[in-house]
Amino acid sequence: MKKLIGLLVALVLLASCNNANSDKKSEGNESKAASITAAGATFPLPFYNLSFKNYTKGTGILLTYGGIGSGGGIRSLKDKVVDFGATDAFLNAEKEADMPAEIVHIPTCIGAVVIAFNLPGLEDLKLSNQNLEDIFMGLITNWDDSRLQTSNPGVSLPDIELTVVHRSDGSGTTYIFSDFMSKISTSWEAEVGRGKSLKWPVGLGAKGNPGVAGTIQQTKGSVGYIGSEFAFAQKISFAQVENSAGEFILPSLESISAAAKGDIPEDTKVMLTNSSDPEAYPISGFTWLILYKEQSYDGRSKVQAEETVKFLNWIIDRDAQALAQQVNYAPLPDKVVENARQILGEIVFKGEKLLLQ
Amino acid sequence: MFKSEKITKIILYASSALIVLVSAGIVLSLMNGSIPAFKEFGLKFIISNDWNPTEGKENYGALPFIAGTVITSFIAIIICLPLAFSTSLFIGEYYRGTRLAGIVGTMVDMLAGIPSIVYGLWGFYVLRPLIVDLGLSAQGYGIFTAGIILAIMIIPYATSISTEIIMMVSSELKEGAYSLGATRKDVIFSVIIPNARSGIFTSYILAFGRALGETMAVTMLIGNTNLIPRGFFDTGNTMASVIANQFGEADGLKLSALITIGLLLFVITGIINGIGKLIIKRM
Repeated sequence: MKKLIGLLVALVLLASCNNANSDKKSEGNESKAASITAAGATFPLPFYNLSFKNYTKGTGILLTYGGIGSGGGIRSLKDKVVDFGATDAFLNAEKEADMPAEIVHIPTCIGAVVIAFNLPGLEDLKLSNQNLEDIFMGLITNWDDSRLQTSNPGVSLPDIELTVVHRSDGSGTTYIFSDFMSKISTSWEAEVGRGKSLKWPVGLGAKGNPGVAGTIQQTKGSVGYIGSEFAFAQKISFAQVENSAGEFILPSLESISAAAKGDIPEDTKVMLTNSSDPEAYPISGFTWLILYKEQSYDGRSKVQAEETVKFLNWIIDRDAQALAQQVNYAPLPDKVVENARQILGEIVFKGEKLLLQ
Repeated sequence: MFKSEKITKIILYASSALIVLVSAGIVLSLMNGSIPAFKEFGLKFIISNDWNPTEGKENYGALPFIAGTVITSFIAIIICLPLAFSTSLFIGEYYRGTRLAGIVGTMVDMLAGIPSIVYGLWGFYVLRPLIVDLGLSAQGYGIFTAGIILAIMIIPYATSISTEIIMMVSSELKEGAYSLGATRKDVIFSVIIPNARSGIFTSYILAFGRALGETMAVTMLIGNTNLIPRGFFDTGNTMASVIANQFGEADGLKLSALITIGLLLFVITGIINGIGKLIIKRM
């Protein structure tokens, strides 16, 4: 009995100790200049982790990022618990109207979705738009199908059952992939459509990029889609995909970046999929950070707002864009950086511009 | 100072009250979260097999997951039955009290202590390739693979309870049978089984309850296809694994649909455990 009481007292003490510590910590942060919190998309997570860490090292400003998914990022900004959110799909007019105040989108880098496959002894594979539709709608079930053979003259495709692998969790990767599929295939658009998770006509699901990549690497005859940043780091085989100019393009940082060469609207709110540029890899997309245009809300200090904008101005700049390439994302073309800077210039604190051009 | 008697009482009351509060809180918040989905779909939520999260076409029916959960659990219990029964006879009757029975018993208990994710990994790297090599399915995922893993996971639960029950059969009855010239097989089938019947049955019901809620290992092996499985080696999805998979990015109606699935699973598991307890009481 005595032992039990002793243990209980010790536990209570321990718990209160912890509280006291964390109280001190948060006080310490407030007295400093600023600490910036953000949350959202997992697609650009490696880039954000690296760039946030470097920025903290250089400036001493504490940055934290929670990779909780695009939906969570939008919700966190809506609840005003973060300084900015991150999302892989831009908010449409309806969703923007749902936010408590006007928001802006800042693109940070370009990612892509690759079509990975596992065919023993085969590394080069071309997939036409029609092939992709047939595969992911479940119309092609074996690799020696004549429709695949037509796209790959001179290649002997094996007689192996074709297994489609897709994401089982909701994901921006799925959104970009399904957006591309909806653009190239009317039957896909009608029957499946766009979304972070879908009603799949065929195939099996695996969790996250690592899950899909692992399943493909372990399963002969499988094909699926993976975020390019993950695929490039994994050295998995991926297909050349037909773009809107009819060229077969292998995903690379250059061909992904080329997807943003065309006309980009001033607010950068556009899906880059199926770009008209003949050198562009067609399944590419921006990823954005979102924040309120009027930064004076919920008693935020002006310093906090200034530091937030300063950081965003840094992440679209050359140094940070070089970091993006280190972790296999394509950098923003100069024109888009210009656009993004313009948008940052519109952010105000009590009507006063925060970024001096 | 309090008397230690009083302190003990307070601690006991407080912790029991806390547990009741927590379970009530879980049920209440599940019910609260499931209201939007029930309002939108009503009973159709349980009988519809259409799970479509695409914006504009949103429709949630839980039948594929209910089917997946029940089918994998049945496969598991069918595989588990002969194995757990033989093992419990081995430990509780044939080699009762010997060192060999002790070793086997400890091994079975150890199976219960292995984390779900480890079973999942073993299934992914060992069992799944085996199923592909045997030519049972092209990729090795599916309800059969998940069912086998589940069977291994629930064997310890069924075995240890059955063993206890078998050991409880009075030795006078058995000795009486032996003295009448019965063989060991006769004793098992004419004395032990009739006496321990309901207890053994309960152990399988409780094991079945365990199988229903198992998540991680199943998610890794079932293939996560949101359709009703059409064959033994087809892929599918279970209630627990669809929640684990889709909770992260879910919001609005989808979040409510997932919470409703959680509530359904809670209710089903509760009913199964209730039946088990009822049978034990009747013994």
